[in-house]
Amino acid sequence: MNFPQESLYFCTVLSLFTFWLGTWLKQKTGWAVLNPILVSILLTIAVLKFLHIEYATYEEGARYISYLLTPTTVCLAIPLYKQLALLRQNLAAVIIGIFSGVIASAGSIFVLCLLFGLDHTYYVTLLPKSITTAIAMGVSEEAGGIVTVTIICIIITGTLGNIIGESIFKWTHLKHPIARGLALGTSAHAVGTAKAMELGEVEGAMSSLAVAVAGLMTVIVVPLVAGLI
Amino acid sequence: MKYLKQLAVILGITLIGEWLNYLLPFPVPAGVYGLFLMLLLLCCGILRLEQVEGAGNLFLDIMSIMFVPSAVGLMDSYRQIQSVLIPVVCISVISTIVVMIATGKAAEFMITRQDKSRKENQQS
Repeated sequence: MNFPQESLYFCTVLSLFTFWLGTWLKQKTGWAVLNPILVSILLTIAVLKFLHIEYATYEEGARYISYLLTPTTVCLAIPLYKQLALLRQNLAAVIIGIFSGVIASAGSIFVLCLLFGLDHTYYVTLLPKSITTAIAMGVSEEAGGIVTVTIICIIITGTLGNIIGESIFKWTHLKHPIARGLALGTSAHAVGTAKAMELGEVEGAMSSLAVAVAGLMTVIVVPLVAGLI
Repeated sequence: MKYLKQLAVILGITLIGEWLNYLLPFPVPAGVYGLFLMLLLLCCGILRLEQVEGAGNLFLDIMSIMFVPSAVGLMDSYRQIQSVLIPVVCISVISTIVVMIATGKAAEFMITRQDKSRKENQQS
């Protein structure tokens, strides 16, 4: 056996350790740019290139990590179930707020794709970029997008939302904790929720609720607007 | 055997989700069918939180790492997207800001309206 190139576990361990390193770096520096997912992706690619390992070989071992994504999406029902009381109390604000965000997402991507002259493939690749990767990967795949690019856009979106969220709230005078949480979760999924948790308990709960609801709404909206470009 | 049962329940629901994805003509990922099904079972009381929470939280805790392998595929598809890299990044940045403001303002408008009507109801 050619070690480590042909090891079944090397690539999985490599991704896990680079992710761990990313988490550690982010804690040490406090920089939102050092997103552990981003650090892990870049370092994994760098090591694979250095050792001349093909992506197909890496995928042979690492696909067992991706395999867990579908049951994990199912488990998103657990935090959603726990937030049901908060959802019922603010039903109108939650539904209208998140729905506006989902429509604004589809609308702005539609207009910008026309402006930049991007074709159908990139349009549907970008459409699910504000929602949680677990659902977005499925949406992008079903609509005929490039899943890899969708993931990159999701990471850019999440990291950006995490960094600029507070400045945007100050700039637009958005003060209500429920509205702030919904805005972070709808625009920047789980990475935005991390920021919402820092802002407060209500913000955090509303943001994680928004991640699930926006994901589900996007599943319905994307097939409806996918044919526009 | 606590985790064995929990894994069996979660993967069983996932299996039904996969089956629904195959059976129904909608472009809905298998995981989303499963999510709805688990939520329904929890709400109906057929499934209790303790029956899935342990293994479920483990999955949710390590969720971020699951996105890495697909994204590493960028090393193969990089040339393909090189030409559209700038527009794709611009669109991501602009639409994130638009979505954040739209959601926040719409939600705040609804909350303020709700609070007003509650106060008016109390006065009258």
